[in-house]
Amino acid sequence: MPQKISLRIDGELIHTAAGQSILDAAKAHNKFIPALCHMKGLSSVGACRLCIVEVAGVGRLLPACTTPVQDGMSVTTQSDKLRRYRRIALELLFAERNHVCAVCVSNGFCELQGLAKRLGVTNVRYPYTYPKVPIDLTHPRYTADQNRCILCSRCVRVCAEVEGAHVWEISGRGVGSRLVCELNRSWGESTNCTSCGKCVQSCPTGAIAEKGFAVEEMSKRTDPISRLATLRAAGSDNKPGVIL
Amino acid sequence: MNKAKVATVWLDGCSGCHMSVLDIDEVLIDVLHKADIVYGPLVDAQEFPEGVDVTLTEGAVSSQHDYKLIQQIRKRTKLLIALGDCAVTGNVPSMRNTIPTKRLLERAYVEGADIHQRAPSDGVPALLRHAVPVQEIVKVDLHLPGCPPKPALIAFALTELLAGRKPDLTNPSVAGLVKFG
Repeated sequence: MPQKISLRIDGELIHTAAGQSILDAAKAHNKFIPALCHMKGLSSVGACRLCIVEVAGVGRLLPACTTPVQDGMSVTTQSDKLRRYRRIALELLFAERNHVCAVCVSNGFCELQGLAKRLGVTNVRYPYTYPKVPIDLTHPRYTADQNRCILCSRCVRVCAEVEGAHVWEISGRGVGSRLVCELNRSWGESTNCTSCGKCVQSCPTGAIAEKGFAVEEMSKRTDPISRLATLRAAGSDNKPGVIL
Repeated sequence: MNKAKVATVWLDGCSGCHMSVLDIDEVLIDVLHKADIVYGPLVDAQEFPEGVDVTLTEGAVSSQHDYKLIQQIRKRTKLLIALGDCAVTGNVPSMRNTIPTKRLLERAYVEGADIHQRAPSDGVPALLRHAVPVQEIVKVDLHLPGCPPKPALIAFALTELLAGRKPDLTNPSVAGLVKFG
């Protein structure tokens, strides 16, 4: 039986189990904290910095997805300061790659685009960087277009933690970071890839997509993967009747 | 009553944003009661006039011509609106930015052509190194994203401006229409 603790989120007194993240506790109480790299069932890495929150007594902003709740904690999820910083983080994601929503398979379904809409981003105040990045079309069924990648690493984690294939990695550092397949070979040459498509469904943008979809056609579903991951964590994924 | 002066300009874009302006339908009549359209592809004017109240700018800044024109427009306009994703983000025209312009023109006009294999040079302005959003060259007062921006969003912005108010895009009647793509 996990230990019960009490904390305040936006002033509301919440009783929850120790070991949870602030993000999970807030979500369980219907509080919206924007997040892109977080996906239910996968480990949390704090890559996108959109879920930053204020914690009383802590001088810096903390990512809600990797900060565990503590007894007596007081968390603020919405403030002018947070809105300002989240907007900066989101705009920098747009400026870092070539996100052209109008020609993207995920237009209308993209989590990046959706958050920009929700947070009221009408324009990106920073100069776009226009990096020349690879597009990998070598896999028979799927595509990886790094113009649309936000380096959230959901594909890396879902492949390692749920599928167990370890196809994806992030190479390089900072703005030079790139998603790579098996020590930087093309996806079509991958020997580990099972073509399960979990990375496709987990990708919040159109960076990893399925072939045969045109603009505005690639909607994705993360729930079945989250459900499988949750069942697996509980050790019950091999019971009959579990359907993805 | 003095009518407001409204201009529209078509830089590096597909004219879809201008189509979306026409798609505001009967609101256009209300707009024309309060404003004259003094410049743009919809009217016959050779030179961008002085003393314009509002300019709707479609398209990215992509050539020497765009670059000079947008600066002249900024000097002569009180309120400059970036209309649509090309003006706001660079959008499709900016997809050429990772390719050197010389290589780009060769690909299109030499390798891509069966006859007259030569990049045009006479009568067309030179391309800038990058096609960029309007705000990277001049100050923009309002961004209306969308590819194209929804007619209801354009109608809202124009109606508010002509009523002397700065459009608040967080207004619930239009907030859902404000998006890239």
